[in-house]
Amino acid sequence: MNSSDSAAPIDLAALNRRAASSTGRTYWKSLEELAQTPEFRERVVREFPQGASEWDDALGRRKFLALMGASLGLAGLAGCNRQPPEEIYPYVRAPEFIVPGKPLFFATALTLGGVGSGVLVESHMGRPTKIEGNPEHPGSLGTTDLFTQAAVLSMYDPDRSQVVLNIGEIDTWEACVRDLRAAIEATRPRQGRGLHILSETVTSPALADQLAKILGDLPQAVWHQYEPVNRDAERAGATLAFGSDVQPVYHLDRAEVIVSLDSDFLTSGPGCARYQHDFADARRVRQTSPRMNRLYAVESTPTLTGASADHRLPLRAAEIVRFARALAGRLGLAPQGFSPASTVESPGRFDPEHNALHAAWLEALADDLQRQRGTALVVAGAHQSPAVHALAHLMNSALGAVGTTVTYIAPLEAQPKGASTDQTASLAALAEALEQDEVDVLLILGGNPVYTAPVDLRFGARLPEAKQSLHLSLYADETSAVCEWHVPAAHELESWGDVRAYDGTVTIQQPLIAPLFNGRSSYEMLSALFDSSPRSTYDVVKDYWRGQRMDGDFERFWQTSVHDGVVADTAATVRPVTAAAANSLRDTVWSEAPSAGSDEKRSAKLEIIFRPDPTIWDGRFANHGWLQELAKPLMKLSWDNAALVGPATADRLKLANTEIVELRYGDRKIEAPIWVLPGHVDDSVTVLLGYGRTRAGRIGTGIGYDAYRLRTSDAPSFDDGLELVKTGRKAMLAATDLHWSMEGRNIVRSGTLDEYRLDPASPAHAHHEESGEPQNDKEHNHGEPSHEQEVHAEVAHAEHEHASLYPPFKDTGYAWGMSIDLGACTGCSACVIACQAENNSPVVGKDAVMRSREMHWLRIDRYYSGQLDNPEVLHQPMLCQQCEQAPCEVVCPVAATTHSPEGLNEMTYNRCVGTRYCSNNCPYKVRRFNFFNYHPDETPLTAMIYNPDVTVRSRGVMEKCTFCVQRINEAKIAADVESSRVGHQVKVADGGIVTACQAACPSGAIVFGDVNDPKSRVSQAKAEPTDYGLLTELNTHPRVTYLARVRNPQAALLAAEEQHRTGPAVRENIY
Amino acid sequence: MSDDHDHMEHAGEAQAAVEDRRAPVVEPGHTFGSVTDKISSIVLTRGVQRGWVLGFAIAFSLTMMLLYAITMTVVEGVGLWGINIPVGWGFAIVNFVWWIGIGHAGTLISAVLLLLHQEWRTSINRFAEAMTLFAVACAGIFPLLHLGRPWVFYWLFPYPNTMTIWPQFRSPLIWDVFAVSTYGTVSLLFWYVGLIPDLATLRDRTGNRLAKVVYGFMAMGWRGSAAHWKRYHTAYTLLAGLATPLVVSVHTVVGLDFASGIVPGWHSTIFPPYFVAGAIYSGFAMVMTLAIPMRWAYGLEDFITLRHLDNMAKIILATGMIVSYGYLMEAFFGWYSMNEYEQYVTLNRALGAYRYQYWWLVFCNAIAPQLLWFSRVRRTIPVLFVICIIVNTGMWLERYIIVVTSLHRDYLPSSWGMYAGTRWDWMIYAGTLGLFLTLMFLFIRLLPMISIFEMRELVAHKEGERAAADVE
Repeated sequence: MNSSDSAAPIDLAALNRRAASSTGRTYWKSLEELAQTPEFRERVVREFPQGASEWDDALGRRKFLALMGASLGLAGLAGCNRQPPEEIYPYVRAPEFIVPGKPLFFATALTLGGVGSGVLVESHMGRPTKIEGNPEHPGSLGTTDLFTQAAVLSMYDPDRSQVVLNIGEIDTWEACVRDLRAAIEATRPRQGRGLHILSETVTSPALADQLAKILGDLPQAVWHQYEPVNRDAERAGATLAFGSDVQPVYHLDRAEVIVSLDSDFLTSGPGCARYQHDFADARRVRQTSPRMNRLYAVESTPTLTGASADHRLPLRAAEIVRFARALAGRLGLAPQGFSPASTVESPGRFDPEHNALHAAWLEALADDLQRQRGTALVVAGAHQSPAVHALAHLMNSALGAVGTTVTYIAPLEAQPKGASTDQTASLAALAEALEQDEVDVLLILGGNPVYTAPVDLRFGARLPEAKQSLHLSLYADETSAVCEWHVPAAHELESWGDVRAYDGTVTIQQPLIAPLFNGRSSYEMLSALFDSSPRSTYDVVKDYWRGQRMDGDFERFWQTSVHDGVVADTAATVRPVTAAAANSLRDTVWSEAPSAGSDEKRSAKLEIIFRPDPTIWDGRFANHGWLQELAKPLMKLSWDNAALVGPATADRLKLANTEIVELRYGDRKIEAPIWVLPGHVDDSVTVLLGYGRTRAGRIGTGIGYDAYRLRTSDAPSFDDGLELVKTGRKAMLAATDLHWSMEGRNIVRSGTLDEYRLDPASPAHAHHEESGEPQNDKEHNHGEPSHEQEVHAEVAHAEHEHASLYPPFKDTGYAWGMSIDLGACTGCSACVIACQAENNSPVVGKDAVMRSREMHWLRIDRYYSGQLDNPEVLHQPMLCQQCEQAPCEVVCPVAATTHSPEGLNEMTYNRCVGTRYCSNNCPYKVRRFNFFNYHPDETPLTAMIYNPDVTVRSRGVMEKCTFCVQRINEAKIAADVESSRVGHQVKVADGGIVTACQAACPSGAIVFGDVNDPKSRVSQAKAEPTDYGLLTELNTHPRVTYLARVRNPQAALLAAEEQHRTGPAVRENIY
Repeated sequence: MSDDHDHMEHAGEAQAAVEDRRAPVVEPGHTFGSVTDKISSIVLTRGVQRGWVLGFAIAFSLTMMLLYAITMTVVEGVGLWGINIPVGWGFAIVNFVWWIGIGHAGTLISAVLLLLHQEWRTSINRFAEAMTLFAVACAGIFPLLHLGRPWVFYWLFPYPNTMTIWPQFRSPLIWDVFAVSTYGTVSLLFWYVGLIPDLATLRDRTGNRLAKVVYGFMAMGWRGSAAHWKRYHTAYTLLAGLATPLVVSVHTVVGLDFASGIVPGWHSTIFPPYFVAGAIYSGFAMVMTLAIPMRWAYGLEDFITLRHLDNMAKIILATGMIVSYGYLMEAFFGWYSMNEYEQYVTLNRALGAYRYQYWWLVFCNAIAPQLLWFSRVRRTIPVLFVICIIVNTGMWLERYIIVVTSLHRDYLPSSWGMYAGTRWDWMIYAGTLGLFLTLMFLFIRLLPMISIFEMRELVAHKEGERAAADVE
């Protein structure tokens, strides 16, 4: 029935009253529902097809049951039936048939910002449950980043849009296609003038080919690409330096000295997992190879890259370019007559003439870079100005880095014919066209431009000017609300596709499951709208590649490519580049940008820096429970964004943590809570994008503040002129860790490479700050100890070994243990999400996090040491230490937590009565308690995500890490089967068991294995002199040990830094 | 011979002088009949009075609130409470230890003082025992309710089961199960056995047919024959002997709940003795808190005399000093241990987030009771009453400090957190106070709150002494 012709006019006044009176979580689908008109009620009753509500006769009821079955099928209950009809190829283990209980792994790729990372998706009976890295993919090498790990949950998100909508009304795909095809046909006489396609960054060759064909067919049509976090500045910088747009690919494994100019290359941006991997490899200090690279980071907002650096210098974002100029000048790259303009000295400004520390930095860097010619590398941050990028390119060229530590390739994103790839400009052009009423058809393929567009483009207000518009998206979001048509998009795990990695390598994406909500891919959408006979996504992608590979056996090529997750030989070719002459860049790179006012006037105001949120990125993950609840690295805040300020700024402006301030920038203002972040540059405020969503879903709507409302197209990254006005109110923010200091305890231990070379054991003993050193169970030699000391140590050691009422733990067979390299850990938190996905850990929500009830089995502890304004950051992954003498076990009254013969501290959930004594008695506080039933509204859909090998814990039960015991047992069973086949006992090979956290870790910081096997990787790691156990003075004998962090500071600069320590130290006691 | 006589006379005078200085345990002028009349009348003839109804109504409403809060906790989960990680134990354990401690005074009075022939105990032992029983009942709610899955509480008992699994006997929580259940059983038996002769008295005196049947049933055919009395005394003394070690053992085990953990602030050998002293301390304060209004409301000043109050105040003072010594030693060992975690927890208690609670605790438990050094304070009833309330508050705070401050900041600063009780915690705590008072009101109304037969023995004893003096 059609409600529009029979419906009475909606009473708007009544509607507003109802909207005003409804509080809390009231969701409504349409205005009629809100109005509760009789028509709407009738529609609700009639929502099932005709006959569904006829209960009277047997036939009717049977029909109803059949319909119900079908609806459940649609909801994905019958997972086995959801296999798509196209052929897909399992990876590695490829049984002919699906064996129930045995997962299959399929290679595919997942994207962020258009760039793919190769993954293997674990699939249980046709439902994907877990993402692992693809070892054969260059962007992954078997590891994953945070967002990739999280993809599987977004696929099962019940808030994803499920139906085609026409102005908010449920409609059909056919009607949508018919309507839009007609509109597109109408533009054909004008050669497509008036047709605009807006996509996110497209690296897909097949999709680019489709678009190229469309643009060839309709030459007046325009294709725009826009993402809020883009490489506009990078592109402009490359064009300045080399005359053409090229994209750098770094080879960190070859770099000895790396300078980061406000870049977070380790944990965000294309290829970050690979970069982290290579970076960690090149600084893994072992007895056999006591060498490591050195990283200098100059940055505004603290990042994990800065936290991993050997030297870190906080500078305002706008000052980075001055630093880069001065450094390039030192390297002899400045045009003739260039002299760095001196500025008033103020915190956060770069001023080598007056600030001796800055001068020392320049000195040290220039020295180090020149000494390491050919193995040096300068990396510019994606959001930095084009000049910084250009200067980085010039320095790399001059230092001989090009071709060794960095290579240049053609940009990954497909170039629209004749159009600019400056995404912001492209979107601005679209906005202008909308304003001029020149847009007849606007097809928005993915993205959420109404929310993410620069605020000065007024995109949301202008979009309705389009005569016909379509939004293809995973969610019916802010953009869908103002588009005429909304079509639910297929998730990447539900669809075929192809995508390029950071180095250009193509992966053909294969679906793991048929679309849960009948979503459509961009390929299918374009084919349906433009092809004479619409093709499926599979056909579009396969046809494209068939066209590419004329030679040889295509089917063989196709099968191999899909199976491997990598299309062979598709890495982009290296482009030779020639740096522009210094003098030609005099006006663009080497001159000061005309400043808006005098320095004094500018310094009265603050700098505003826009950054994507570390966990929900540009807002696309706003409805993602795992990522929302994950404590944001460094700030340890979850469920909210905040305005980040440095301690000095907070002190000067008398700002308290969580205080709500009004941010005034230009003629716009928003309110945001303050979060004080040690190490943040003074005089700047970082606002995080991605929050303040209005139509994100049940989780993401209405939390945080919307920083896009301050972001303009002329300054998308940072700008001067922010004013901060107090409101006197406070926000309730959920942080998992409010403590900055180790309280002088010997928790995270670190030392320098020089110290290591003198005495390899010294970092494991290094004690932060002044308090006395507790005894360790491992007594290492400190240089040359006297005999007396040695005897004393021996005695202490012996006493410790025997000071227990219980007999020592006896290892038989396997003895599982873990070693975590604190030098390699960057704190990226991919392991935390991997653990959550593997072990079915629930999301508990902001209130529970505020009450310290988060359920992560693995957390990243973060400590600061040194000075607050530029502290050393120490990360420590903290999980169950699997103590051999576990304090938790002896206090459990019902023997629910016991020790396995292989040294696992096991948890029998069914036996637990919930006294919580084990948690109280755990010195590491790694146990997690189900305070409530965290699975109250389980539906067949949401239950699909669970790993069937791991229990979903009930209320009132304690839980914790067990070294992924399900994976251990799986490997042991396989070994036993093998044993019975070959007739003698086969042991699980070293590396045959990989825990979820270990698999995810891009830097390979986590090693797991059998410590009874002296040749295993974990035994070798534990034999390193930097190995230490945490709180071993408690006699817990943890099976998890840590490798102390070794840093590689430059001696001269270290001395200069010691001299120029400013600001208060990280507080020792927080009373 | 005459020397001896002189000496004896001298001693007698001295005795008389001491007697004079102390108040008597029974005011003079009472006979068997008057004692029986006075005590049994409260139950049998005075009827329901307005004050009782009002008090009972308030207590009963609190009990209903308790039932509501318990229901919600069982339905929703202990997440309603303020507990979290790191503070896994909160109000429930604080209240449990507090209530158990309160119970101790009753056992001490009835069993230990009986064995030591402290006759002044006679007029307070009955309701002190009742108090013990009700306090144990209140305490028993908490360990059960604080379980994540309270419906499987019986897994803590060693019973033959198809899972062929025993409890884990190394856990102090198992010791707790035995200690508290034994304590509850012995307390009940002791109290009931002590009641039998009085139940027979009530049976004989009541005019109400139903009451006669009920009291008669509970009196188990007591006729007061010499054989009955002989067996009765044997049984009662035996039970007293059984109950005596429990005074020490129960709170020792409760102390071990903490002491055997490795949490800094818990892991201390001083806990068992100092918990026992604290228990007696708070128990006597509660006895006084109850006795003072009761003797006033029911005109029992003749039986619960200033002598009783004075004696109890002295015990409070003595045990309070032991408890204060415990605090001092905790601080000393915190420093002396040279253990950074112990040092930190000591400083954190005094200066950290819970410093107000800590200093209140020091005031309540160590400073306020010092007033009891003055005999005038010990005999000024309103001041005594206020001090007892302060002591009870202080002992609750002590358990709060031990449980919460030790847990909220232990080894790794990254896992530090804060704790505060929610309204559910407060509702359950107030609810158990209501339950306790409800039971107390019912007890006063239905059973003789002072042991009639023992008071008669006391009168007989006094009369005998007086007669002997007269003869001389």
